Order: sequence, then C-alpha cells, then structure tokens
Amino acid sequence: MTQAADTTDAFPTIRTAGVDGLLVSFGSRLSEPANRAALAFRAEIERAGWDGVEETASSLVSAFLRFDPLHLGHAVLRARIEQLLQSRDWYAADLPEGRRFWRIPTVFGTDLAPQLGQAAEAAGMREDAAIRALSEARVRVQTIGFAPGQPYLGELPEAWDIPRQSQLTGRIPVGALCLAIRQMVLFSVSTPTGWQHVGQTAIRLFQPEAEEPFLLRPGDEVQFVPTGPEALEGMRKDPRGGAESEPVQ
Amino acid sequence: MTTLRILRAGPGVTLQDMGRSGYLDVGLSRGGAADRLALAEGAALLRQAPECAALEMAGMGGEFEADADLRIALTGAPMRAALDGVALAWHASHLMPAGARLSIGPVRSGCYGYLHVGGGFAAPNCLGAQSAHLSAGIGNALSEGDTLEIGPDGGGETGLLLEPEDRFDGGTIRIVASAQTDLFSAADLARLESEPFHRSRRANRMGVALKPEGGGFHLETGRNLVSEVVVPGDIQITGDGTPFVLMAECQTTGGYPRIGTVLPCDLPRVAQAPAGAELRFRFVDLDAAVALERAEADRRSALGKARRPLIRDPHRMPDLLSYQLISGVVAGTETD
Repeated sequence: MTQAADTTDAFPTIRTAGVDGLLVSFGSRLSEPANRAALAFRAEIERAGWDGVEETASSLVSAFLRFDPLHLGHAVLRARIEQLLQSRDWYAADLPEGRRFWRIPTVFGTDLAPQLGQAAEAAGMREDAAIRALSEARVRVQTIGFAPGQPYLGELPEAWDIPRQSQLTGRIPVGALCLAIRQMVLFSVSTPTGWQHVGQTAIRLFQPEAEEPFLLRPGDEVQFVPTGPEALEGMRKDPRGGAESEPVQ
Repeated sequence: MTTLRILRAGPGVTLQDMGRSGYLDVGLSRGGAADRLALAEGAALLRQAPECAALEMAGMGGEFEADADLRIALTGAPMRAALDGVALAWHASHLMPAGARLSIGPVRSGCYGYLHVGGGFAAPNCLGAQSAHLSAGIGNALSEGDTLEIGPDGGGETGLLLEPEDRFDGGTIRIVASAQTDLFSAADLARLESEPFHRSRRANRMGVALKPEGGGFHLETGRNLVSEVVVPGDIQITGDGTPFVLMAECQTTGGYPRIGTVLPCDLPRVAQAPAGAELRFRFVDLDAAVALERAEADRRSALGKARRPLIRDPHRMPDLLSYQLISGVVAGTETD
C-alpha cells in the first residue's frame, strides 16, 4: 500500500477507543491523502453494514467504529478491518459522492470579526490582501465534529500556518469563521475558542427541527464570499444565511 | 392523554432517554441519561422498555402533579420525596393519584435522580430520541408551568422496591487503555492506579473534572495531537494536567491526549460521584472488560426478578387507616 500520508510504515493503525470502539488511523497529522482515506474507509464500513457495528464516524485522519463487543468480538472485527484495509490503496480513494460547492456570504473583519487584523499580520499580509486571499480560497470540509454540523475546512495556503492563541477568547458567536494552522472552523455553536475570529456569517449549520438538520457534509467545498455588515444583517432571517450551493461536477 | 405538570423544578431537570445514535459523524454526540443504569432500574420497576425517557434531576428535584392516576418510579441518586406530605421510598415504584402533589427535594447522595412514569413520556422525538441535549441546542431544561404528556400505560403493580447498586459516593472505576495511553510515562500510568482522585466541583453532563492528589499529569511528547474522535468515558488530560472524564453529552472530537477510558458499566458511578467523592482507577485488559460488560448486561436484564414488595411497618404509619393499601402508596421511611 502507498504510504503517501506518513513516511513511516506505521499507518494505517487500528487502536481501541474504549471497550466498544475502534479507531483506524491513516496518519498522525493532517494530510490530504490521509483525510481522503479516512472518509472513504468510513463510507465503506457503512456500506458493508456489518452486524454489531452501531455507529461510525470519520475524523480528520481516522475512521471510528462503535460496536457491541458482546455480539461482535474485538478479534473478529479487527480481522475484518485488516482485510478491508488491504483490499485497496485507501490513500488514493476518491472523494465522497454527491459533494456540493457552497458560497457563503461573509463579513471579514470589522467589529463582527475582530481578529482579522492580527491574523493577517501573523500571515504577513495587509488586511485587504488577507481578505482577498481568504475569500478566493476554495476549501473543503475535511470533517464535521466537536459540535453538531461544525466543519473543519482546509487546506489554506502556507502563509496561514499560524498558531492557535494560547488564551481562549470570550465566546464567539454562532456562524463565526475562525482560522489557525492552515484550517478554518465555521462555528455552529457559541463557544470560547483559541482559533482566530476573522469572519462572520449568518449560516445556521445545525437546525434540529429542519428537514435537513445538518447543512454541510464531509467532502463539500466552500468559498467565503465577502459581503457588508448590513447585507449580512438582512440574511439572518434565512437559515442558510444567504448561502447557495450547487453540485460539484 | 395524561399530563404531568411541573409546579417547580431545580435548574437541571431534563427529559432523558438512551440518547441518539448515528449522528457522531455530523458532530452530535449520543447524549442521553447520565446514569443509564437508573433508566434500566426505572423500567424494571414499572415493567416497561428501558428506552422510555425519564425526568433526570441534577442535584435538585421539583414539584409535580398529574391530571390522572399515574404509576411512578424513583431511581438514581436518592432524593427526599413525598406525596402530599407523606414520605416515599426511593428506588421504588408508587401510585400517584390524580391531583396529588409529588415533592422531590435535593439529593441525599449521588448527583442525578430520576422520575419515571408508567407509559413513558410522549414528548416528540427529535432526531430519533426524546433526550434534551442542551449543549447542542436540542430541547430545554424544564421549569415551572411546563407540562409533559404521558403515553398510555398498560398498568401493573406498584409498591415495589429494587436494591440499587451502591454507586452514589465514588469508589473504584475500571478503565481500559485508550488510543493514546502509551503516550504517557510508566510513572504517570502507575500514579493513575495508585493515587486517589477527588471529584472537583466542575462537573456536568459533558464532563467531570478530577483533582489528582499528586498534582497534574503531563505528557512529555505528543502535545500537538491531531483532533480525534472522543467518546464518553475517555479520561482527557487537559492543558493544565487536570484529568477530565467525558460524559454523555461530550463533544465528538478533541485534541487533548486520553490516558484511558472508563468502562460503560462503571460510568454511572463516575456520573453519580458527588463533589469531593474519592475515585480510584484500575486498568483491566480488554477481555476482562468485555466480560465485565457482559455480566452487567445480564444483571440489567434480570433486574425485573430483583424487585420485591416494599415492607410496610404499621408502627411507622400513624395514619395507617387513611390508606388504601392496595393502591400502593406507602410511608416509605422504612427502607432508608
């Protein structure tokens, strides 16, 4: 198997996560091939529909399975996973089917997103150049996690390899666009964070009562289109916050 | 349809069932009752499915009234309970006549008490469960004036008691190695088993912070771990070295290293440990862990056989003659 993600031969690994969980990891740090492998492997486990597997998820570089160890033994499940891992080169897997491309209106900077200035400075850019760079980037949902419907997006150009802040900010609002370490997080809940708050959107990523409660899916692509504070205010009535989507060809 | 009206409620009263499965991949953790054993006990007492939701009461209870006769069961952390001023036994089922006032006070030990109703609550499902998941914005904490509809009850005996597993004051917690256990030094792993921990005041349905007696735990390497799936029971070591046990309503991913994972069968003991209670951890291997889970599953499915009638002591029931003993309302002071 090609080890495109990590130069060591250690990956993929299978580790336990509690008595009823297994974690199949394709790298120790985020990379495009490891992320593809995690998404594709999790999708294949779902398709396989093994008896005793109760829930699956993908994270940035891993696929996770929760199962009932009283009905599906660890050794049996591990052997099946090993066999599936060897069946193909997961690092070269295609991205998920049915991906969408989203354009999400975003106010960069202003008092709605007060950390654009310091993030731009850390990336060695003036604010206007930073807005251009961030709004032109077409990023991909690498995983949904932490809070309901909340995407981790990447990968941004090298210049944005800036650290998370050591101190957490106060609560950032729902719809905040934050960045660090060449990734963006679009927050679905209000929470304190160490990520730098560079943009504000009106999108509601998780609406429990809606027909489609979770808007984004892993593999979707996103572009953050600049807009003004007043226009954004007008979009707050729309649960999608003015966002539009089309299928990725 | 029978309705339960909330006349007064503590700040942490929510509807909880076994939670929602299948949404981990979109960032929503299962949630559900902090003490799932209590749900099984309530179901056994009322002879109904353990999937029925119950009112989870964190620390404080409330006052309740129903508009029709209702079977109820009280489980989890023992709380002071009375029906129209007459004390009720905890860990037991009772008949609550229409219009009677059920008062539930603060916990006497443990953290989470549960009020179950015959027929179960008929609240609408959201994403496959009735559970409130407050950190995700699903459902609400219940308060004065709220009403809850109750499903049709097939009926059955009340006045039954279950001797609960004593899990309301800390104790020994069995854990298994997690994906990151081997990032920790042998010395820290030894400390984890040899030192007592005390539950800190920082605890809720998302997680429980622990105070290690010998100071924080620290990783020499691996501070920059990629964010990974986390599960209830994981013991995260946060930036300042504090161990944090993740609970039912935890986030779905985290970047802190995890030193071990609590067995699901011991998680109720962590959830119910009151502030200051002593907890000790003991690693078991995977085979032993599965065997312990199997034993617990067997024990839970046999709970129905462990029910026994409440013992009534006429000497402690001064108004004995006013009772219709058949209806199952008893003094309740005799059991604890």
